[in-house]
Amino acid sequence: MKRFFFMLALALCLAPAAARAVLPDEMLADHALEKRAEALDAQLRCPVCQGESIADSNADLAHDLRLLVRQRLLKGDTDAQAVQYIVARYGNFVLMDPPLDRDTALLWAGPAIILLAAALAGWNFLRSNPAPAPELSAEEKDFLSRPDDERAKGP
Amino acid sequence: MKRFLPLIIFLALAGIFYWRIVLIDRGDMPSDIPSVMIGKPAPVFDLPNLDKGRKPFTAADLKGRVTLLGFFASWCVDCGIEHPYLSLLKGHGAALVGVDYEDKSAAARAWLEKHGNPYDAVVTDARGRTGIDFGLYGVPETYIIDRQGIIRYKQTGPMTPDVIRKTILPLVARLEK
Repeated sequence: MKRFFFMLALALCLAPAAARAVLPDEMLADHALEKRAEALDAQLRCPVCQGESIADSNADLAHDLRLLVRQRLLKGDTDAQAVQYIVARYGNFVLMDPPLDRDTALLWAGPAIILLAAALAGWNFLRSNPAPAPELSAEEKDFLSRPDDERAKGP
Repeated sequence: MKRFLPLIIFLALAGIFYWRIVLIDRGDMPSDIPSVMIGKPAPVFDLPNLDKGRKPFTAADLKGRVTLLGFFASWCVDCGIEHPYLSLLKGHGAALVGVDYEDKSAAARAWLEKHGNPYDAVVTDARGRTGIDFGLYGVPETYIIDRQGIIRYKQTGPMTPDVIRKTILPLVARLEK
């Protein structure tokens, strides 16, 4: 049984990470154009599933957008024009790799800001001297100065 | 001061969480993608009427009257949740136009027969291309379009009575002025 699960896990690891969702009837007859379309699919996020590109998503809207990308390319759009056509309707959100702008500035700068804040806090902590230990009383000094076997008896 | 710091941080966080809940109550879901179409003219469209005897609905028909353009479909479960509340939108001056999205016309007619038809007109976007031009990513979705044909608001997902009362109707009233 254990062996079976091990083999199953191994098989799952070896399976492709995500099967592409493009359907045979969506594909263009022109291979060069289809190659371009598939490259664009991978750059466009599916608005419905939000975590997948339209190349990976089986959602109806992803299907419609794949067809739209192919239509735009057939009409003679460049890659950038075809992507821009969809961005004009869905915003930068549909780009798997959104550009750095006002809306995403915090996202990009976030890790640096947090790292800087942590470094400042750490520096502050290291610089602040802990309060000096109180002076030992005469009795304590005397106790510490005694030989070990005598100290074992207690103060 | 220092001993109150945890309390202050707690109150600040509680305030932020509470504000987020208030926003959700008003229909602003964190998962919504902000629409880039807001403030822009509605895309050009020419959609056939579900009732074949009536004339199609085009972008030009948006001019002169506030329009609530609601995308729905007979196959859409959430549309059934929203549907009973659509009547709350009536009688406020705005035209209520339904767009049957990626649907079979016969199925849509049967659905409206069964659930009632609150729309002033129902048109069809059978291939979903007008939906894409609006930046639609699911049904139901409702766009509020002002008299100049500019998209002013987008409701993603079903409109609840709360959303209609707190957000939709006040905006319609402002646009009507």
